Amino acid sequence: MAINKESNSFTFGFAIALVVVIGVVLALLSEGLKPYKEKNVRVKKQLDILSAMMDVEKEGITRENAEVEFKTYVNLDDALILDSKGNVKKGKEGKDAFDIDIKKEYRDKTLSEEDKNYPLFIAKDKSKKKRYIIPVVGKGLWGPIWGYICLDDDMKTIIGVSFDHKTETPGLGAEINKAFFMDRWKSSKISDEQGNFMKYEVVKDNSGAVKGDSKIDGITGGTITSKGVEEMVNRTLKIYATYFQNKKS
Amino acid sequence: MSTEKGSEPLFSKKNKKLITDPLTDNNPVTIQVLGICSALAITVQVNQAIVMSLSVLFVIIMGNLIVSLLRNMIPSRIRIIVQLLVVASLVIIVDQVLAAFLPDLSAKLSVFVGLIITNCIIMGRLEAFAMGNKPWPSILDGLGNGLGYGAILIIVAVFRELFGSGTLMGYSIFGNSLPGEESGLYTLGYQNNNLMILPPMALIITGIIIWVQRTRNKALIEEH
Repeated sequence: MAINKESNSFTFGFAIALVVVIGVVLALLSEGLKPYKEKNVRVKKQLDILSAMMDVEKEGITRENAEVEFKTYVNLDDALILDSKGNVKKGKEGKDAFDIDIKKEYRDKTLSEEDKNYPLFIAKDKSKKKRYIIPVVGKGLWGPIWGYICLDDDMKTIIGVSFDHKTETPGLGAEINKAFFMDRWKSSKISDEQGNFMKYEVVKDNSGAVKGDSKIDGITGGTITSKGVEEMVNRTLKIYATYFQNKKS
Repeated sequence: MSTEKGSEPLFSKKNKKLITDPLTDNNPVTIQVLGICSALAITVQVNQAIVMSLSVLFVIIMGNLIVSLLRNMIPSRIRIIVQLLVVASLVIIVDQVLAAFLPDLSAKLSVFVGLIITNCIIMGRLEAFAMGNKPWPSILDGLGNGLGYGAILIIVAVFRELFGSGTLMGYSIFGNSLPGEESGLYTLGYQNNNLMILPPMALIITGIIIWVQRTRNKALIEEH
């Protein structure tokens, strides 16, 4: 063969050619799969929102029919966007609420507290009762945790929650997305009779953690994740509680 | 280097050995003790172990094939970088395809798919085998090693999921373990072993497999 494959020029040429070929292949693949990935993210969000309100599995809502089912329960035209003081943000359309990436806003250190958006979804459950769904985001032990909290028409009783996480420890912190933990939040109240926000406390020893109380039994071995959930819920619900208090009075 | 000319049957004795060896006496995990990192990380559930095995299988076969096809062109000074590039691209392909079509599993495997790049078995096979062999034996070598890796992964995962969570592929085996609504074995006081879920247990189970294997075949025990 005429080409000396150990020469510098061949080495450079080979490296450049390989990188270009691989770059083109990967770019095409990424572009080609983009619609699928975006749909997956959207559908997952819809499922998460709905599962705060009801048992999606029982209702037969899956990834396939989530987009249709979501519309029948949640009317995005009714959704609101609040600011960090619990007032409705001016100049913001409620129907953009779904597209707000609160995880990104939470991570963004350059974003001031006033610029952060707090979406509030308004839904109707199967028996057409009004429900408020609040997205929350925080951090666990290893990475982000997030979830949705569904409130009753009285604007203070928790109907259900759905938590999820990215990389919490399997079997320990990762259990926050399991039904046994999420059920502990049900029927507790986020505010007192006057509408003042009542803090949640995630406790260790199950001391006085009665269902419907604002003391929630944490996960054994998942202390930091449990505390992360507590911080996330308290920080976010406080803002919404103010909004509900103003709305009622 | 395999230099035999002419038509060797596709599944000659030598080629068959390429598949069967890594499954038994030359298993990449238990004998060469490679790829342990992922064996620890994603053997909590059988489902994850299966998808991880399939992903590695795809990457190792395709990687072996591509490197084997290029083996006479790759400049030896940058061969490791070229191998790494090939592996990394294949892993990105797997990651993207999983994210697009199996989003739930993709979320669970999360970072571990990306870590296939660092799986020593793959780089090891590319460097030790594919660089010096024709495409077909390379594919078989990849298949054998991928299956050998997957077999151990799944065996470990079966133990960990069964005794750690009381399920297999997500289905309850021993009954319902939820406090207050126990059924099956749990009513008798049986408890899931939380230690099985933690990474050290994967190491211990892998160690037991290595022990059993070497006890059965003394030839595998190193002299020194």
